[in-house]
Amino acid sequence: MPAKVITVTSGKGGVGKTTATANIAAALANMGDKVVCIDADIGLRNLDVVLGLENRIVYDLVDVVEGRCRLRQAMIRDKRLPELYLIPAAQTRDKSAVSPSDMVRLCDELRPEFDWIFIDSPAGIERGFRNAIAPADISVVITNPEVAAVRDADRIIGLIEAEEKGPPRLIINRIKPEMVKKGDMLSAEDVLELLAVELLGLIPEDGEVIISANRGVPVALDGKSRAAQAFRNIAHRLKGEKVPFLELEEQGGFFGQIGRFLRKGGG
Amino acid sequence: MARILDRLFSRQENSAYQAKERMKLVLVHDRTNLSGKALEDLKDELIEVISRHVEIDASAVRIEISQQGREQRLIADIPLRATTRRRIG
Repeated sequence: MPAKVITVTSGKGGVGKTTATANIAAALANMGDKVVCIDADIGLRNLDVVLGLENRIVYDLVDVVEGRCRLRQAMIRDKRLPELYLIPAAQTRDKSAVSPSDMVRLCDELRPEFDWIFIDSPAGIERGFRNAIAPADISVVITNPEVAAVRDADRIIGLIEAEEKGPPRLIINRIKPEMVKKGDMLSAEDVLELLAVELLGLIPEDGEVIISANRGVPVALDGKSRAAQAFRNIAHRLKGEKVPFLELEEQGGFFGQIGRFLRKGGG
Repeated sequence: MARILDRLFSRQENSAYQAKERMKLVLVHDRTNLSGKALEDLKDELIEVISRHVEIDASAVRIEISQQGREQRLIADIPLRATTRRRIG
């Protein structure tokens, strides 16, 4: 079956595009699907370090596009996950080294061999984003429950719609249930109501994500944490399975405790 | 129960509520490229044009952007004044 191209994008930087790309791709590869990740963030590459493959780079995306190597030579195979490959970004060039049509051509060449092609988009709405979105079959927008991230996500969603790429699907990352409970963080429902797109996943803030990035081992592979579970759930949803969303709300805070007390009192 | 109490006591001033209300306005303006000022100007011009054809209650005119999913709609509520006498006269 020819691959589906999934572009992960956000507008704002630092909301978790690379982490999400690495983890969802790793989760799918761990289920036996054949997956390739393309780091489209030329000049600021990071997907290699998050995946723990930084020491194995010889050729990169720009080398492929400019014909210095064959596509296969730039594909790094993950030894832990034989179904997972990475095409790293060039670190010493800029976004203009690749064009949207280069990306379409590259993905067309990869499609017959894979189940999934993930493209990790750079932040911003300029050339890098245009490159990343050009070949997308499914676009995934990541945001955080914060005003700046939500506003930029809305802008990106508008641009994706204008490209007639079909409605994007939303991941809300770094949710802090205690803050939501206290009314100090936008809830998933609030963000969904504001952005009005289909939800793909909810990921709680989780220190394990940072620890796993430190080690270069995606948390989704064997992590027991809630974030790991959330990434695996997203992988299942992309495969068309119906998976309920994690219940992130916890009983906390003053009124939560009163509520628990009253419920107990009332039997 | 906890939810009701939370809402009653803190809804209006909690920061998430403020964030959501602010974002609603910001997103409408971003999506339509219409600022609050532009909307006011539009309203004044609408009143001027419509008044040329029919008598309206300018002070009660309301213009707002309503949302359905990701679609925006400009809603104008323009009360007309009864002017039957002039026609007869």
